[in-house]
Amino acid sequence: MLEQHLPALAILLPLIAAPIVFILGRSTVVWLLATFTGAWASIVAFQLLLTTLAEGAIHYSLGGWSAPWGIELTVDALNAFVLLAVTGVSTMVLVYSKESIAKEIDKAKHGFYYTAYLLAMAGLSGILITGDAFNLFVFLEISSLATYTLVSLASDRRCLTAAFRYLIMGTIGATFILIGVGLLYMKTGTLNMLDLAERIAAFDRSRTINTGLAFIVVGVSIKLALFPLHRWLPPAYTYAPSAVSSFLASTATKVAVYVLIRFIFTIFGPDYVFYDMGMDMVFMFLAIVAIFKCSYMAAVQNNVKTILAFSSVAQVGYMVLGISLVTTTGLMAGLIHIFNHALMKSALFMAVGAVFYRVGSVEVHAFKGMGKQMPFTMAAFTIAGLSIIGVPLTAGFVSKWYLVSAALQQNLWVIAVLILLGSLLAIVYIGRIVEAAYFHDVPEGRDASKLKEAPLLMLIPMWVMVLANLYFGIDTSLTTEAVGHASEWLFQSTELLEVAQ
Amino acid sequence: MSVIVDYYNYWIVVFLMMAGFYVVISANNLVKKVVGLNIFQTSVFMLYISMGKVSGGTAPIIIEGVTQYSNPLPHVLILTAIVVGVATTAVGLSLVIRIKHAYGTVEENEFQNEDDAI
Repeated sequence: MLEQHLPALAILLPLIAAPIVFILGRSTVVWLLATFTGAWASIVAFQLLLTTLAEGAIHYSLGGWSAPWGIELTVDALNAFVLLAVTGVSTMVLVYSKESIAKEIDKAKHGFYYTAYLLAMAGLSGILITGDAFNLFVFLEISSLATYTLVSLASDRRCLTAAFRYLIMGTIGATFILIGVGLLYMKTGTLNMLDLAERIAAFDRSRTINTGLAFIVVGVSIKLALFPLHRWLPPAYTYAPSAVSSFLASTATKVAVYVLIRFIFTIFGPDYVFYDMGMDMVFMFLAIVAIFKCSYMAAVQNNVKTILAFSSVAQVGYMVLGISLVTTTGLMAGLIHIFNHALMKSALFMAVGAVFYRVGSVEVHAFKGMGKQMPFTMAAFTIAGLSIIGVPLTAGFVSKWYLVSAALQQNLWVIAVLILLGSLLAIVYIGRIVEAAYFHDVPEGRDASKLKEAPLLMLIPMWVMVLANLYFGIDTSLTTEAVGHASEWLFQSTELLEVAQ
Repeated sequence: MSVIVDYYNYWIVVFLMMAGFYVVISANNLVKKVVGLNIFQTSVFMLYISMGKVSGGTAPIIIEGVTQYSNPLPHVLILTAIVVGVATTAVGLSLVIRIKHAYGTVEENEFQNEDDAI
């Protein structure tokens, strides 16, 4: 019986678990329950992905009200794939949370942490799975409100101003999306995504729809931290608890990239967005600037979490660059990078959290001599760092490979060279930390004997992510199959494919 | 002239939207920022509510002899958005309270230089 309700289950599991966790309060039971929920949601996501790959898209009418009147959940290869990444990484971060938040969050607030975490997960899964544009806004706000709370849970008081800035920017972004959806409804009289797509295609490009596109693109760009709308992200990731940074960096912005893809390809149609409105040049320019400006900013910071936060903005640049190339290969590169970046950034933030657990600082100099003191943590950091740079045999290489080949397919040599130069900047900012860890001794005044390896409960999820990085760097069959299906499906019914190739 | 008179509801929406947005960007006091955000969101509520009106239509309750009704769906949608707006305001204000406790001020320029610079 559960089989046919899988799409609803992906949202309902964390949504139902959240209040239960809240009532149970703080204890190990809460952690077990949350982790169990996450694991179950991941299994559901995996089943959904297998089903969609075998049988095509699943349409599920909530409460039996059929679309376009009722709210429809639509699962295809695209969102099942992103859902798997989001739920899988969230579960690993949940396992990691137990030891990490014991150090970074007041004991009295642990119950709130898991509640907000599960609500954020429910919201993100909802955004991914829903087939209704207004419903997407509601889930976006559920996940956003939960993430503002998560950021503000840290013991450092600067997390409060960071969370406030995040709240202001996030709400402006979400409200822009709401305005855009309203304008679309005004013109088309529907909110179902597939219905919207049909009716928008039938209309002449009226000013209302153009304005709707503008509002939605700007709103989503704030949410995904596209340069120059990224200013909220570095403070939020820097001052949030490490587990929260790890969760947000690998899920929240990735889901926003998915929303951008969904709006452009499913609702507006790439012909309209890229050829009539010329958005591809805008995206390409901003993405290139993001890659260089933010990689440079990452290279000059002293706080390792800030370095990783700026690196996240740069990596979002690569995803948007892939989309802006307007070919199936380019889109595949963007989608693969969503998945792979979730794997590498979560591992990196987990490693930083482990160092904070022992040293109590996340400045670059706190990493000095850690190669000897915490060999497993630093090895994990180094491998995940290599993945960010894009070294062969890691997941990062696969995304860079697709991105460069997409650029070359279009004869955009300059873009291909810029992508490779961007990777060189990644060597600088990751290299500084690795150098501090392996080629320096523990600074004087710090008791080296106290600096031992992180607890096992932190190391296991960290290494699961690192091994996933290596696995998806070597065996790419799952990622390329899912992503290939998704991008072919997204380009379907547009003549763009023939034009572009 | 008719553009202004016929679409006066949209002009109100645009005015509120810009006023709220300006307050969010320019205000120095965090509470004022939250209020600005509220005005900004309220303008969107007005946009949705006024778009549901069908000229000549009456309230969407079945009455004998009436054939034209206004569209109730945008009104229902905006109820959800109002709830979201209330929740956002609550989270924002509670963050302001905690900022006041932690920094002793809610004026942005007074703590910006202290240790918040990024």
